[in-house]
Amino acid sequence: MSASLTTLARRRLARDRGAVAALIALVAVALACLIGPFLTGHAPERIYPDFVRSTPSLSAHPAPDEIRPALDRLAQRMRVTLEDVHREGDRVRLTLTAPKPIDPRNLVLLPRSDLFGPATVLERSADGQRLVVEATVRRLHFLLGTDMLGRDLFTRCLVAGRVSLLIGLVATLVALSLGVAYGAVSGLVGGGLDALMMRVVDILYALPFVFFVIVLLVFFRAGLWLVLVAVAAVEWLDMARIVRTQTMSLKNRDFFRAAYALGSGTGAVLVRHAVPNTLGPIIAAATLLVPRVILLESFLSFLGLGVQEPATSWGVLIAEGARALEAAPWMLAAPAGFLVVTLMALNRLGDGLSDALDPRL
Amino acid sequence: MTALLLRRLAQSLPTLFLVIAGSFFLIRLAPGGPFDLERPLPPAAMENLRRLYGLDEPLPVQFFHYLAGLARGDLGPSFTFRDLTVADLFARGLPVSATLGALALVLALTLGLALGSLAAFRRGGLADRLVGLVASLGLAVPNFVIAPLLQIGFGLGLAWLPVGGWGGGAPQNLVLPVITLALPHAAGIARLTRASLAEVLVQPHIRTQRAMGFSRFRVARHALRAALLPVVATLGPLAAGLMTGSVVVETIFGLPGIGRYFVDGALNRDYTLVMGTVVLVAVLVLAFNLIADGIAAWLDPRMRAA
Repeated sequence: MSASLTTLARRRLARDRGAVAALIALVAVALACLIGPFLTGHAPERIYPDFVRSTPSLSAHPAPDEIRPALDRLAQRMRVTLEDVHREGDRVRLTLTAPKPIDPRNLVLLPRSDLFGPATVLERSADGQRLVVEATVRRLHFLLGTDMLGRDLFTRCLVAGRVSLLIGLVATLVALSLGVAYGAVSGLVGGGLDALMMRVVDILYALPFVFFVIVLLVFFRAGLWLVLVAVAAVEWLDMARIVRTQTMSLKNRDFFRAAYALGSGTGAVLVRHAVPNTLGPIIAAATLLVPRVILLESFLSFLGLGVQEPATSWGVLIAEGARALEAAPWMLAAPAGFLVVTLMALNRLGDGLSDALDPRL
Repeated sequence: MTALLLRRLAQSLPTLFLVIAGSFFLIRLAPGGPFDLERPLPPAAMENLRRLYGLDEPLPVQFFHYLAGLARGDLGPSFTFRDLTVADLFARGLPVSATLGALALVLALTLGLALGSLAAFRRGGLADRLVGLVASLGLAVPNFVIAPLLQIGFGLGLAWLPVGGWGGGAPQNLVLPVITLALPHAAGIARLTRASLAEVLVQPHIRTQRAMGFSRFRVARHALRAALLPVVATLGPLAAGLMTGSVVVETIFGLPGIGRYFVDGALNRDYTLVMGTVVLVAVLVLAFNLIADGIAAWLDPRMRAA
């Protein structure tokens, strides 16, 4: 019966086009966050001083109009005058002059600058005051632009996504195990213990939890893991209620009585029968819990209380973007886009799952 | 119904006590104190300060004093805003937060109920799908993304409304913060209303009413009354959500409300200010739960017996 129920649910889910699209979007985001940072060609912390706040674009940097100002800056540092710049394809030919002989070792500044490859000297005047140099122009891509420090935003969004998704998953798992255990025991044992346990849940429900979390985070200078625990501690209550209701409705069914009659203890019945049979609604509720956790984490990070630099999450990036909104609107748009797509997909998938797993259908 | 409300009130008192005790000891056990400055104070001065604020006594005694003060309605002096009591700070901040919260509550309920009912009555139609899309967007776009966008769009771009500030509660200063605060909740209420109304509309008693030729309006009124219960049940969490949201909204729009005081107070180890805020929020949430119970009992006679 269990297998056919799962098969039915899977079939129903496959027919739900929105849920399938959401699932595909989620897998895409997760894969991108997992392996994407290795493929973008930038390290998340790499600072490109020449490309601060570059706009998102598909074309390569340096753009033609970025070469001359960068060369002027370099010439100043090399203490030479830039007499002529000639660009051919992906190479530039520079004519440098100076009142004193030019030390060719200064040319290492070119490859150090993110824009150019190693330089080769083509011509050298007899007094050494005039050099003709050729260097390759690098091709760097910043698909979603760069931030205020010149870091590649796409890579940062993907790395931040790892943290956000990890927090969402781990906190949900913690909340799930707490809530399932609590709800199953409460529903199965019943009686006075059940009443007491549910009173505790009622009391906890009424607490302004987010304020408690903020107190925890601020006063104990919390890092990522405390955020996780704090978030999980807030979110297990719903799960406990769902599981309890489910377990109570199962308790008087024949196969439960049969299990007891065959001599199984409460623990065995709990693990073998109660939990597996409530799995459907639990999965759906857990899927809907992940976006709430991610949202809560980004809320805390936005306030500067969650994930701390140098680690980053979508909430951190959104906070940075909100501060730079006028000068660099893409800095808000990029991480917010990732966050919104992920949350919408998770919500849609959760809705689809709860429809598909609904035994009434 | 009075008995029900009285019983619920009695039930919420232990919760309140738990909140007070929990936050009191949590805050006191945290490392660092309100008088830790960059340059440490001389031990004698520190001792005097601690004695002045009663911090030298054992924790249980401090807790007892705090409870006694609370019973008299005294929330204690603020540690960081010298010369001001927590009550003074609340007298300044509460009107701001309350105005914001009340307007956002009304807006969220109006928008959410209207859109949700529209979607349910036109189930499967264009309006339904549109509302579904807008609602899922509203749930997924956090208010700290909405706020900067509104600021840029209406504050800087169109220059219709101020970007931030309280301005003595002038209406134009309220528009953007209230919208920001209300939108995610409006989306949630719309979804909830749609789901519960759609479920009610296919029930036999509604079909019977239709078959008996009742006017559409009358059928709708009946259905709405039954469908409102789940929405009412979320009033308590909704109030809590508005409080939390106002922390962000007050920070972004630079409003001098309770949320700001809370975050600043926490950062400055202002024990009494943080305590006061937690107690205040807990009381508000409990009050909203009570109100929700009352409305539910009024809507559904079965609840009165419970």
